[in-house]
Amino acid sequence: MAVSRKYELKIGPATREAFGKALVELGQKNPNVVVCDADLSKSTMTTFFAKEFPERFFQCGIAEANMVAIGAGLSAAGKIAFVSSFSAFVVNKGFEQLRVTAAYPNVNLKVVGTHSGISIGEDGPSQMSIEDLSLACNLPGFVVMAPCDEVSMKACIHLVADHVGPAFVRAGRSKAAHVYEAGAKFEIGGSNELLSGKDVAIFANGLLVAEALKAAEQLDAAGISARVIDLYSIKPIDRAALERASKECGAIVVVEEHLKDTGIGTRVAQVCAETTPCIMEFVGVDNTYAESGTPEAVIEKYGLLAKNVVEAVHKVLARKK
Amino acid sequence: MNKTSNPAELAEISKRVRRHILEMITAAKSGHPGGSLSATEVVVTLFFDIMKHDPANPKWKDRDRFILGKGHACPVLYSTMAEAGYTPVDQLTTFRRLGSIYQGHPDVRFIPALEASTGSLGEGLSVGLGMALAAKLDGSPSRTFVVLGDGEIQEGQVWEAAMFGAFHKIDNIVCIVDYNKIQLDGFVKDIMPLDPLVDKWTSFGWHVIDIDGHDINAVQKAFHDAEAVKGKPVVILANTVKGKGVSFMENNPKWHGSAPSREECELALKELA
Ligand SMILES: Cc1ncc(C[n+]2csc(CCOP(=O)(O)OP(=O)(O)O)c2C)c(N)n1
Repeated sequence: MAVSRKYELKIGPATREAFGKALVELGQKNPNVVVCDADLSKSTMTTFFAKEFPERFFQCGIAEANMVAIGAGLSAAGKIAFVSSFSAFVVNKGFEQLRVTAAYPNVNLKVVGTHSGISIGEDGPSQMSIEDLSLACNLPGFVVMAPCDEVSMKACIHLVADHVGPAFVRAGRSKAAHVYEAGAKFEIGGSNELLSGKDVAIFANGLLVAEALKAAEQLDAAGISARVIDLYSIKPIDRAALERASKECGAIVVVEEHLKDTGIGTRVAQVCAETTPCIMEFVGVDNTYAESGTPEAVIEKYGLLAKNVVEAVHKVLARKK
Repeated sequence: MNKTSNPAELAEISKRVRRHILEMITAAKSGHPGGSLSATEVVVTLFFDIMKHDPANPKWKDRDRFILGKGHACPVLYSTMAEAGYTPVDQLTTFRRLGSIYQGHPDVRFIPALEASTGSLGEGLSVGLGMALAAKLDGSPSRTFVVLGDGEIQEGQVWEAAMFGAFHKIDNIVCIVDYNKIQLDGFVKDIMPLDPLVDKWTSFGWHVIDIDGHDINAVQKAFHDAEAVKGKPVVILANTVKGKGVSFMENNPKWHGSAPSREECELALKELA
């Protein structure tokens, strides 16, 4: 569990690419797996599956709400259907369909939203999803996951495929640093302590796990021992890990590429309030839409870098005294 | 701004706009050339000939309004608005950079003269119908023009809007479908075919005008004919070529959303000299 090691954070494939590859593995394993896309298969990388299994791939055109309900129908009739588009489109446009055709009847639908967060950069806010995790958590019965790298994405895709029930998995556009080695363990409702520490606990997911790890290294140099936890499963959430962090560290920072007001931070705070309350700070998109720019420039301007995590840790520790 | 009804002059402006499109996408190293180049004559003819508007007074109450439903094609809109005097021409190449007014998709926060922020396909026609309806309620002569992509009209909302427009007899709107036969993943016929498109719009209660969207005379005539139609909304099916004007981009899905290299840009500019 608690592994204290140095993370090289070598750049690896984007989590959307890992998703595309995992779908092909699933397709080989299980003839019951079918995939739908809405004219973005080259971007979501469902194109790998489409090439391998054309008879099990359904192009829906630019019609995300329809795609969600078609997927729900396929699933209700016994298929394991994956529907995918940019997170901003499949979740926002498909929300009502996710609610009534998938969540409410508890259908075995798998939804994968790529190009999540603001790190897509140049395309700008209309394509950026900063509310998808919160919306997905507003679907009773849905499993919600946001893995950070190739190994964890592949694992999560296999997990949700095996799980009977609806699920949402969040993927990113840009290349993702390798955090995990092959064989790392994941489970629905789990989390992974990537660095042990006792002064503060940093919870992150997706691309910001790497930033949290970089922050911990900087903090370490300043004599602050930061625990870093990859909260890849958002719903269900790892209550035990949260309670432990709250008890043992007494201070928590939550880091996410999502609206701060409604993201995982609020879930973390709720669980801590229900178990062992502690002081907290939150790093996320602050009540605004971002803008176009290179991914690096956008992430920097909107405050989602390691330095912002470090700042939040200093803030929370100042309050701890 | 210098408005003109002279097709030769409109063709000249279209050529300049195409050059801007290529320059800005090349500089940004990202963006959508194909669907910007296909819509050029339609957008230029609207801004330089057909629409009543004033770049010096963009919020003039009775202005005609323009919405680019297919927001990813904003290079054609930005270039045309810049040529018309709304925004600086010399900043076009800041496209998609942090702080640029030329955002990756049209964003009213950065260019208030835009009528709508678009980028999520399928919403522009509904917003336009709302604006056209407001003009009717206010007794304003304002007309609204909405350009949609052919892939875009696969969105169900477009057809919800279509029913609304016909039912409420909104005849001060013109919807233009940039019918370039290509979307993101490939050719429309292979993704989700639309034919028979004239019949679809007709059966939804719209007056349909089917034209060559690169023939400026035909584009002008279509807008004039549209104005004469009373009691129902008008859709112009502008048959176009994706990537129009650049031989190696024409009719090739690859150029939906990829930027040319500097060398490719130079080749393209030569063709548009
Ligand atoms: C709701 C929504 N879904 C998906 C996309 C991603 N996307 C951007 S452009 C495009 C294809 C558009 O094709 P079309 O409307 O024919 O435009 P054109 O060919 O004129 O560029 C897609 C799927 C989007 N912007 N919005």
